[in-house]
This record gives sequence, C-alpha cells and structure tokens, in this order.
Amino acid sequence: MTEQTNDSSEKVYWLDRPKNVSLIVWALVGVCVALFFADAFYHKHPHFEIEHLFGFYGVYGFFVCIALVLVAKSLRAILMRSEDYYDTSEESHHTKDLAHHAHE
Amino acid sequence: MLMSSFSPGLLLILGAIAVPLFRGTVRQVYMLALPLLALLMAAFLLESGVHGRLALLGVELELVRVDRLSTIFGIIFSIAAVLGVLYSQHDQDPVQQVAGLIYAGAAIGAVYAGDLLTLFIFWELTAVSSVFLIWATATERAYHAGMRYLVIQVGSGVLLMAGALLHYADTGSLSFDELGLNTLGHTLIFLAFGIKCAFPLLHNWLEDAYPEATVGGTVMLSAFTTKLAVYSLARGFPGTEILIYIGVTMTAFPIFYAVIENDLRRVLAYSLNNQLGFMVTGIGIGTPLAINGTAAHAFCHILYKALLFMSMGAVLHRTGTIKGSELGGLYKSMPWTTGFCIVGAASISAFPLFSGFVSKSMILTAVAEEGYFIPWLLLLFASAGVFHHSGIKIPFFAFFAHDSGIRVQEAPKNMLIAMGITSFLCIGVGIFPQPLYALLPHPVDFHPYSVAHVITQLQLLLFSALAFTWLMRSGVYPPELRSTNLDFDVTYRMGLPALARWLVGIFLPVDQAIRQSAVRAFHRVVYGIYRYSGPGGSLARTLGAGSMVFWVLAMLVGYLLISLARS
Repeated sequence: MTEQTNDSSEKVYWLDRPKNVSLIVWALVGVCVALFFADAFYHKHPHFEIEHLFGFYGVYGFFVCIALVLVAKSLRAILMRSEDYYDTSEESHHTKDLAHHAHE
Repeated sequence: MLMSSFSPGLLLILGAIAVPLFRGTVRQVYMLALPLLALLMAAFLLESGVHGRLALLGVELELVRVDRLSTIFGIIFSIAAVLGVLYSQHDQDPVQQVAGLIYAGAAIGAVYAGDLLTLFIFWELTAVSSVFLIWATATERAYHAGMRYLVIQVGSGVLLMAGALLHYADTGSLSFDELGLNTLGHTLIFLAFGIKCAFPLLHNWLEDAYPEATVGGTVMLSAFTTKLAVYSLARGFPGTEILIYIGVTMTAFPIFYAVIENDLRRVLAYSLNNQLGFMVTGIGIGTPLAINGTAAHAFCHILYKALLFMSMGAVLHRTGTIKGSELGGLYKSMPWTTGFCIVGAASISAFPLFSGFVSKSMILTAVAEEGYFIPWLLLLFASAGVFHHSGIKIPFFAFFAHDSGIRVQEAPKNMLIAMGITSFLCIGVGIFPQPLYALLPHPVDFHPYSVAHVITQLQLLLFSALAFTWLMRSGVYPPELRSTNLDFDVTYRMGLPALARWLVGIFLPVDQAIRQSAVRAFHRVVYGIYRYSGPGGSLARTLGAGSMVFWVLAMLVGYLLISLARS
C-alpha cells in the first residue's frame, strides 16, 4: 500500500516555503504577546494567590513545557535502548533455553 | 418492562455470536445495528431502578442497575462501539468483529452490573475478548504483548473476586455500592480497579499492549477497559483521598515518556494514561462538581482519544508504519485525516470550543475549590504537557515536520466517516456542552465559557506552543529516534526472567548436590543389599545338606558341652 514517489514536478504547498512557516511562528508570537497583556483587561476569579501574578498561566505554561522537554530529553540517557531491545533479549533467552534443553 | 431486565451488554454479546452467519453488506448493517440498538436502550428505553434480579445459590444478583452514573457510561460506551464498528468496516476479519462486539458488550454489561459477581463476570469477559484484538495483528511481538496483557487483566479479575468474597463474608451482601478503603476485601477490590485503571506502577500493560493491536482494535481498546475502571472507582471509592495523589502522579509522569516515544500510537497510550489521571483525581476529590467532571471527562475523552487513535490508525493502515522517525509531510496526501487529527488534538488539549475544555475545567476547578494547591499546579503542568505531546507532537510529526516523501492515498471512506462523526461530536460537545451536562450524575451549575477561563486557558496552551516552537527551531527538541524506552514493564519482561535465571543459578548447584548425595546414599543401600543378598552374597548363599548336618552336629556338641559344664 505504501507508494513513494519523488516527483520533482510535484505541487509546491504553501507550507513548503520557509517564509510562510516563519510567518506562522511570528503570528504565534504576536498572539502570545496579546494574550499576555490581555491579563490587564478582565476580572480574574482566582482560587490561589499565584493566579494574581500578571500573565501567570502563560509564563507557567512556557517554562514547564521547556522543563518537560529538557527533563525528558535527559531521561533518554537512562531509559533509551535499541528498538529491538525486548525482541532480541526475549528471543535470545528463548533460543538459549531451547538450546539448553536440547543440550540436556 | 421486559426490555429493562435485559442488559444492553448482553444484547451485544449474544448478537456478536451471530456475526459470522452474515456476509458482506448484511453483516456490516447487522454489526452497526447492534450497538445502535444498545445506544437506544441506554439513552431512552432503560428506566432507572434495578432490573433483572436473579437468585443464584442464595445470592441475589442484579443484572441491570440503571442510575445516572451507569447511564452516562452506558451511552458513551454504546457510541464508542458504533464508531469502532464503523471505523473497522474495511477489515472483514470475523474474529476481530466478534471479539470487538463481545468486548464492547462486556464493558457495557459491567457498567450496568448492580452486584460484584456480575461485575466480575463482565470484567473478566472484557479481558478475554479484547486480547483477540491484540493477537489479530498476528506478529510474534503482538502475541507476547497480548499474553502479558491477558495475564495482568485476568489477575485484576482474580483480585476483584477475592475482594468480593471477603466483602460478602463481612457484610453478607454482594451489592456494588460505595465501598471505601476500610477492609482488606475493599483494598483488594481497589487494587483490581487500580490495575485496570493503569495506576502508576500498575500501568504498563496499557502502553505495552495497546499499540500492538490492529488498527481498529486499538480504537476499541482505547474506549472501554480503562473507562470501565474509572466508572468502577467512581462508584466504589468516591472521595478516597489517596486517589488525588495517585491521579496527579498519573497525569504527570507519562508525559515525559510521551515526549521521547517514537511509536505515535504508544505516545497516545501514554497520553491516555495521563488523561485517566485527571479522572482519578476527580474521583479522589469526590465533590459533586468533581464527580461530574470525571464523568464528563470520561465521555469527552473516549471520543477524542478514539479520534486520535483513528487518525494514527489510518496513517498506519496507509503507510505501514507509525514511527515518528519515518513519517512527516502526510498532510499533502491525507488532508482529511490531518484535519480530523487536529480536531482530536485540539479536544484533548482542551482548547476553547473543543470537548476537553468543557470537561477538564470542571475537575481543575473542583481541585482548586477544595484548596489542593500542589495537585492543582501539577494538573496545570500536565495540561500544558498534554498539549505539548498529544496536541502538537502527534499531528506535527505525522503530518508536518520534514517531508518524509511518503505519498499515499487518503484513508478509506469508512474510516473518514467514522473520524468525521467523531470530530463532529468533539466540536459539538465543546460548543454546546448543555446536553452532556444534563447527563451528568449530579445537577450542574458550571459555566466553562467565562472570559477569565478562556483567556487563561489560551495563555497556558499558546505559550506551550511557543515553547515547542522555540525548542524546535533552536534544535533543542529531542529528535524522534527509533528506540525503546524502559518503563516499569522492564521489571517483569527482563527483571522476572533474570530473577528466575539467578535463582536457578543459585539453586541448581544446591539441587544437584542434594540429588547427588541422595543418589549416592541410594546406591550404597542398593549395593549393600546386593552385597549380602545378591548372587554370591552371604545371605543368599544356598548351602548343601552336608553342611546342614555339620551345623546341627556342632549345635548339639555345643549344647552337650554347656550341659556338662553346668552339672
């Protein structure tokens, strides 16, 4: 079912142009700035003190996401194994056992 | 009313058996009619109260208990079954079709069960039927994953049964109502629910098995098992404080794995685990608002999680792979699937106007109202994290990112229809939450669309998106790598066999020494017997008549000598 073509005459999509991707990024930055300052213009109903901080949700969201990615990335050093880690080990033990039995 | 005493679950289970009798379009129509009928029963025909009482060996069973909590789960399970059947229509494998319907029926039957024995029977049936959806992949890997899944699921049922028996011994009743963590029996039941709900350290069967199931199988699996557990916890243990901490842990730790996982269906399994955490936290809070939040979130979650698994299933179906490292740029050839995936992603991320927004906010508000500050902060972190890995990572690496050059057809029509309906429901619930709120267990006085709530939620989400973008552009974001990440299952997939080998290593020499000395002792006994009684042995010698006369004579002489000496 997989059908791969590398047709160079293929249609060029809007997102294929790096300029347009940058446009989206700057649009996102613009919206974020607007949302940050929107905090000045509405009445909050906070349950906790921390919610009084100006732009708390945005700042918190930004930094916890960076922390999440950095921690997860460093966890790779401990957790990451080869893709067939379980396959080979389970299989090799299996075959080892079989060989062991055959030997007996 | 006769209809009321008949569980909609049984309708699906009994109906499933007849599926192989039909062919082609008739079978497709029949398979859709069954869950639609169940939905009709759950939504309109079943009257509240207890029906289908059955006395078995002096124990009163309640096959169908209809109240607001069972009704909302009965309805959403029936909807999930309809969508699952529709999505899987391209695959005419009768084993999966029968297993899928029995599985859905068992989950619905369990939700309506009024007593612990009925619950147990349906509980085990969900395990035994659903494993065929994993085995149907027909690979060595899926076979092993299915085996592990089955052992753990059936084990959960055994704990449930043991707990139910202790509960019966304590109270003389099997009825399934609020239990609370106060006796050994209830603790066992709590653990049984916890396994099926994928509590931390009991969770790995989910991430292990779900991504190995067939394309349609994973969609079915994502709906029922874990939400049955959520229902059971909400019924048996509302307001149990430890659930708050269990739930918060569940929301937080799987997202680290989701960030570095390469198999996109496994990323969704981790995020499923995280979503369950929100529901479990709500049960732990236990206020009417929190329980409403849990039920509403289960409802929305079943829809958007199914939608996400459907879109990833369509990608797997068309491209033959679901690894983030191999995919990218698929929006060009699968635009509809891309759109539906983005709806699912927006819903799980709780964007305003999408379903997650109207349900998750109830739980967060309930947590804040009860003053749990640290749990609230962690839930907020997990909410941002959900957007990060499910909301952005899933659509980004599958459909955008760098163009992998893979060009395929759009998903089959039946998949597109199923995804379209599910997307419609996700957006519909997000914009008009009132019909959902009307179904909730407690009266609802909650308005998600306040200015403050919309803006703070958008701040949280869009700044997360900003973080993602910045990490991506600066090259800090970890690339998708073909890999396996160790999780708790390493303890039983590698640890247990290693422990077994270690124990064998220790006991083998001891065992051999004991056996050898036993064999030596036995040899000595046999040899001794042989020496004295064997051929030529002193005890086995046959003596001639002459020697007999000699010994008799010798005895007489001896006797004579003794008598002479005495006299």
